[in-house]
Amino acid sequence: MRKLKEFVIEKLILFCGLASILIVIVIFIFLLKEGLSLFNTISPLKFLFGKSWYPISEPAQFGILPLILGSLLVTVGAAIISIPIGVACAIYIAEVAPLKIKEILKAGIEMLAAIPSVVLGFIGMVTLVPWVKTLFNLPTGLTALSGSIMLAFMAMPTIVSIAEDALYSVPKTYKEGALALGATRWQAIWRVMLPAASSGILAAIMLGIGRVIGETMAVMMITGNSAILPHSILQPVRTLTATIAAEMGEAVVGSEHYFALFAIGIVLFLISFAINVTADMFLHKKQ
Amino acid sequence: MKNSKRTEKIAFFFLFLATLLIVIPVGLIIVIIIQKGIPAINWQFLSDMPRQGMRAGGIFPAIIGTIYLVLGSIFFALPIGLLAAIYLSEYSKDNFLTRIIKLAIVNLAGVPSVVYGLFGLALFVVFFKFGASILSGSLTLGIMILPIIITSSREALESVPNSFREVSLSLGASKWQTIRYIVLPNAIPGILTGTILGLGRAAGETAPILFTVAAFYLPRLPKSIFDQAMALPYHLYVISTQVPNVDEKIRYGTALVLLVLVLFMNLVAIIIRYQFRKKKKW
Repeated sequence: MRKLKEFVIEKLILFCGLASILIVIVIFIFLLKEGLSLFNTISPLKFLFGKSWYPISEPAQFGILPLILGSLLVTVGAAIISIPIGVACAIYIAEVAPLKIKEILKAGIEMLAAIPSVVLGFIGMVTLVPWVKTLFNLPTGLTALSGSIMLAFMAMPTIVSIAEDALYSVPKTYKEGALALGATRWQAIWRVMLPAASSGILAAIMLGIGRVIGETMAVMMITGNSAILPHSILQPVRTLTATIAAEMGEAVVGSEHYFALFAIGIVLFLISFAINVTADMFLHKKQ
Repeated sequence: MKNSKRTEKIAFFFLFLATLLIVIPVGLIIVIIIQKGIPAINWQFLSDMPRQGMRAGGIFPAIIGTIYLVLGSIFFALPIGLLAAIYLSEYSKDNFLTRIIKLAIVNLAGVPSVVYGLFGLALFVVFFKFGASILSGSLTLGIMILPIIITSSREALESVPNSFREVSLSLGASKWQTIRYIVLPNAIPGILTGTILGLGRAAGETAPILFTVAAFYLPRLPKSIFDQAMALPYHLYVISTQVPNVDEKIRYGTALVLLVLVLFMNLVAIIIRYQFRKKKKW
C-alpha cells in the first residue's frame, strides 16, 4: 500500500516537473490557433510591414509596423537610460557600498521591482507627463519619451539584480590578484571584474530589455496610444503590448480584429522567447 | 599612482550618483503616493461600494476581488510549483530533459503579462467556456506566478544539506519519506518567501486579468467563482484613464491601498528570508 502511494506521488511529481514545458507549448499552440487565422485573409508580410493599423475602419487594415516601431522606440529609449544607470548601480552595490548600505540598497531595488506597473503608470501620468509637456513645450506630455523614462525604472531592478549576481559570482581571487599587483579598486573593477562578469551583465541587460518590451500597463497609460508611424521621441506612440490591452476588450471573439491581436501576441511571444533563450545561453556560458 | 587614485574617486562618485538616480525616484514615488493617498483613506473608503460611476464611495469590491484572485492563483500555483520544485531538486538528473525544463521556466518568467492575458482568454474563457470569471483570472495569474514559486522553492529545497537526506535514508526511510519529513520542513521558510512574492506579483498585475475576469464597474460582491469581479489594479487603471473627473484623492487612495498591499507582502517575504538566514542551523 505504501509502495503504491509513493509510486503515485512520484509520478505526480514527475508530471508537475514537466508541467512547465507543457504550459509553454500550450501557450504557443493557443496563440497560434487564434492568431494564424488572420493569415487566411491577410498575408504575413502585409501584417508585419503594413504601415497602417486601422482595425475597425472599413476595410480594416492590420499593418503592425507603426506598433513595432513604437515598441522599438520606447524600448531603445528605456535601454539608453537604464543600462548605464543599472550597471553602474550594480557595480556600486556589489563592489563599493559598505555591507549595511548594500543590504538596504538591495531591499530598495526589490521594492522597486515589486511596485505594480499600473501604479508606476499612474504616478507617471500625474508627475512625469505634465513635466515632459512643459519642459519641451508640447501639446501633450503623453510621448514615447515619457514611456521610455518610466520603463527604464521597470528595467533597472532586473538589470541591477542580475548584474550584481554576475559580479558577485566572479571568483574573489581575481580581484585579490589585481589588487596585489598594485591596481586600485577601480582598476580591478574596470579591467578585471567587469570583463570576467561580462556575459552575466549582458544577460542582465537582455532580460531588462525583455521586461521593457513586454511591459503593458504603464506604457499604455503614458505613451499616448496613437498608432501612427513615429517620427520623434516627443510624439505619442503605441506599442505592441498596449494595442492588445487597449483593443481586446472591444474585439468580438472570432473576428478578424480578434485574430490580429492574437497574431501580435505571437510576435511578442517569439520576441520574448528569443531574448530569454539567448540570455540563458549567456548565463550558462559563465558557469 | 596619484592619477589613478583620482580616477578611482571620480569613478566611485559616478557609481554612487547612478545609485542615487534609482533610489531617489523610488523614494519619491512612494512618498508622493503616501502623502496624497492618506487623506482618502478612511473606513468608509475601504468598506463601501463605489458610487456615482466610481467618482464617490469606496473600493471594497475591488479589494475583495483582488483577495479572491490572489488566493485563487496561489491555490493553483503552489501545489504544482512545489511539486515541480521537488522534481527539479530531488529527482531530476543533470540531463537534456532537465535543461529543457529549466529553459521552459525561464521562458515562462519572461512571457509578457499581456500575452498571459491573451492565453487565459483563449484557453479558459473561450475554449473551456469558463467565461470572464474569477476562475479564469485565478488560473491565468496562477500560471503567471508559477515560475516565481518553482524557482524560489527549488532554491530552498536545494539549500537543505545533503547530509540530512543521507542520514534519513540510512535510517531506512524511503525517498518520499525523506522529502516529506526531512527536506520539506527545513525548506519551509524559503518556500513561504517565494509564495508570498508570488502573491504580491499576482495582486499587482493588471494585463493578465483585463480580459479574463476584471469588471469595469460592479458594485456588488462576486457570488461564485464563475462571477466577474473588480480588482484593485484594474480599478486604478479605470479611474485614472477611463473615467473623467474622478477626484484625485480617490485615485491616490486606490494607488496607496494597492501599493501598501504589494509592498507589505514583499516586506514580509524579505523579513522571513532575513530571519531564516540568521537562524539557519547549518
